[in-house]
Amino acid sequence: MTAVSMTVNGQHVSAEIDPRTLLVQFLREELRMTGTHVGCDTSQCGCCVVHVNGDAVKSCTTLALTCDGASVTTIEGLAKGDELHPMQAAFRENHGLQCGFCTPGMIMTAVELVSRKGTNLDEHTIREELEGNLCRCTGYHNIVKAIAAGAQAMGTAAE
Amino acid sequence: MSATGIGASVRRKEDFRFITGKGRYTDDINRHGQAHAFFIRSPHAHATINGIDASAARKMKGVLAVFTGDDLAADKVGGLICGWMIHSKDGSPMKAGAHPALAQGKVRYVGDHVAVVIADTYAIAREAAEKVVVDYDVLPAIVDTATAAATGAPVLHDVAPNNTVYDWKLGDKDATDAAFARAKHVTTLEIVNNRLAPNPMEPRAAVGEYDEGSESFTLYTTSQNPHVARLVLSAFIGIAPEHKLRVVAPDVGGGFGSKIFIYAEETICVWAAKKVRRPVKWTSDRTEAFLSDAHGRDHVTHAQLAMDETGKILGLRVKTTANLGAYLSTFSSAVPTYLYAPLLSGQYNIPAIYAEVDGVYTNTAPVDAYRGAGRPEATFVVERLMEVAAREIGRDPADFRRQNFVTQFPHQTPVIMCYDGGDYPQALDKALELADYANISKRKAESARKGLLRGIGISAYIEACGIAPSAAVGSLGAGVGLWESAEIRVNPVGTVEVLTGSHAHGQGHETTFAQLVSDRLGISIDNVAIIHGDTDKVQMGMGTYGSRSGAVGMSAIVKALDKIEAKAKKVAGHVLEASPDDIEFKDGKFSVKGTDKEIDFASLALQAYIAHKFSGQELEPGLKEGAFYDPTNFTFPAGVHICELEIDPQTGIVTIDKWTAVDDFGNLINPMIVEGQVHGGIAQGIGQALFEGVVYNKDGQLLTASYMDYQMPRAGDLLSYDIAVTNTPCPSNPLGIKGCGEAGAIAAPPAVVNALTDAVGHEDVPMPATPQVLWRAAQRAVLKAAAE
Repeated sequence: MTAVSMTVNGQHVSAEIDPRTLLVQFLREELRMTGTHVGCDTSQCGCCVVHVNGDAVKSCTTLALTCDGASVTTIEGLAKGDELHPMQAAFRENHGLQCGFCTPGMIMTAVELVSRKGTNLDEHTIREELEGNLCRCTGYHNIVKAIAAGAQAMGTAAE
Repeated sequence: MSATGIGASVRRKEDFRFITGKGRYTDDINRHGQAHAFFIRSPHAHATINGIDASAARKMKGVLAVFTGDDLAADKVGGLICGWMIHSKDGSPMKAGAHPALAQGKVRYVGDHVAVVIADTYAIAREAAEKVVVDYDVLPAIVDTATAAATGAPVLHDVAPNNTVYDWKLGDKDATDAAFARAKHVTTLEIVNNRLAPNPMEPRAAVGEYDEGSESFTLYTTSQNPHVARLVLSAFIGIAPEHKLRVVAPDVGGGFGSKIFIYAEETICVWAAKKVRRPVKWTSDRTEAFLSDAHGRDHVTHAQLAMDETGKILGLRVKTTANLGAYLSTFSSAVPTYLYAPLLSGQYNIPAIYAEVDGVYTNTAPVDAYRGAGRPEATFVVERLMEVAAREIGRDPADFRRQNFVTQFPHQTPVIMCYDGGDYPQALDKALELADYANISKRKAESARKGLLRGIGISAYIEACGIAPSAAVGSLGAGVGLWESAEIRVNPVGTVEVLTGSHAHGQGHETTFAQLVSDRLGISIDNVAIIHGDTDKVQMGMGTYGSRSGAVGMSAIVKALDKIEAKAKKVAGHVLEASPDDIEFKDGKFSVKGTDKEIDFASLALQAYIAHKFSGQELEPGLKEGAFYDPTNFTFPAGVHICELEIDPQTGIVTIDKWTAVDDFGNLINPMIVEGQVHGGIAQGIGQALFEGVVYNKDGQLLTASYMDYQMPRAGDLLSYDIAVTNTPCPSNPLGIKGCGEAGAIAAPPAVVNALTDAVGHEDVPMPATPQVLWRAAQRAVLKAAAE
């Protein structure tokens, strides 16, 4: 067992873990934060995307130990209390989810996308940037709409 | 229309928990003291098992047990079942081989379940599995659909000597032969409908639990129909009687058919929980899902369409071999028979149809219902034939379809179905207009100038949904009735709980069902809770598949609401001192006709429970009603999808640049949700046509067992769709709903292939039409053009 400590959604956490523990296992099993999902375990589907020091990473192929000292944000840490993050609100408003399983990863990817590419995102950019996230329900149509709208809303909120 | 009533695009009530990470899926559930299961799966497609030595694994620290098929047999655990009896042409019943949850003496596909290790942690279970030695004698395997029944092919089950489960027929052979005899033109196609992996993003999972005090079991599982799971686990597999077995399907991350079935892993988890006296959890990884979730499609078909000199269709003849995999999954036998051949009339007047279907065993994963289930396969046959026939006789494909459309209803087809309503020309006209079909030749010329090949393809589909009248499906061999249940509990404060036997795994029932109740009772949508997915709460139900939750599930709610209103009017009569016949109910208020006396719904609910204004002997206190709704017919959603695309002959890369969908789903409860269903269905249909295909090598090794090998459609592969609707309300149910869940997946594949073949100018474009397939197909077109 090895000690690890990090900040998750603003809270300091530390634990003794098996060194082979993946970040997603640490979140789901150790911290019981089950909003981050595992859809494929080969870093193809993106259901497990979280932010580590602001970067979108696939927590199913990240060792928890490599995040020692890092700041991790998960889907549970996005809203401010009852106030949804603009990207979360946009997914609801645009029916950007059906079964909800890919949704946390989609939203985390989308938020990081805005941080890299800005709040004015065209359809082509959004579709290309979603290459690491799979959805089987929506056909992506409304996810693309939601991300464009969420990005705009993030811009408005930042003004 | 109110802002939250029927017809409004209400934002979904369930979304908040999903967008904040508060959903509760099966793998999110952890029970105190739970152990973890790891399944040892066959690495061989076909082998006898001489012995299993698990002694080293059992000695490992943290290992609780290793179970094999012998342990299940000793406990008299029944095998997995197929719930739909199909009879062959000679009247003999289908030949179903035994399907034990853990192999007994033989394995029949790669991924077949050999043994299970149960340990303190998943990691220990997985490590221990490495120490289990299985002594196999490898046998020759057969994976090919077309040759599975050939002489000399390896035989999977002794009960089916030529691997043929059934050779079934539907329709009138003599009449069809006669139609072909007088035909002016016959179009013939050889069609392969590619095998698909359903791939809901949430992998299957199960947590089994046994309570010693009550001697009862609980199974949390990823199911589309928890009551059917309980029925099968209880009545056939023998885990426990139904009153001692609770099945909970919490949030479920997509199903598309694959979570209808009762699988080995879920069965073992609940059974083993009592054996090891601890809860037992298993969560599939994606490769396990590819190996052992039931696959879809996999047909090989020879199809012929006969026409007279005017282009009028005279007859249709189809011979299909359907790959059922190594064992018969829960509803597998019905998919290529009664969910397939009765749809072969499409939207057309076809006087004579004859279909033969052979279901065959192969050394591959079981094949069962996947989005559309039989109807996409039928539509692909019909719509490819229509397109090719039109080309062969020099007709515009749209006009040729229009000439043969059914226009009078009800319309009895020669293959069971009686279409109850629709307006096919209307949908076609609208789609042609939205797609700017009239100017396609200009756009083709423009593409040609750039060295690109442009094509357009039409698909005019019909499906049979709302599955289905119980007596009708019973007469066709179904082992269950296909009604749905609803219970309405009005609380004393006027809030309402609706218990439904339907199950939502992405469809948004918590919103649409609440819209119906809110609309009818005149109460806020926030005061309505939809409860589903727990056999301890909902007494019985048949679950969600076949686009049935609207047409059947909501009709059951309507029936229960009728009873609620009738009872409430009696209570209102007492409270308002009037005859119940004089009570009107409108906008959430009960009033006495022609007076200003009224009481609102919440106050009335309280009166029903305090029962001060009436005698409890004369009228029962309380306000709670239940209903079972058995449909009177299938429903028949239909529509036209048009795909327009461009192929680069240098690379084989295809770009779909316009998708038009005009669907008739009858009345819509929530258009936003309906559109979402159509989007998702189209994406899966495009996936089948362009990207997806399960591939086994000749030895039965699965080559497409991860997302690196099986191409799921990604956002960058797809486009935004143009969606419109027409509406002929369904005459067969009280809401006029037809169902929308499968339409896209049914309509899309032939639309894509018709467009691809239009672009390359010949019909030799198999699915999935990968860049390699299209490059070859396009080069043929280029060479032909050069030769001319």
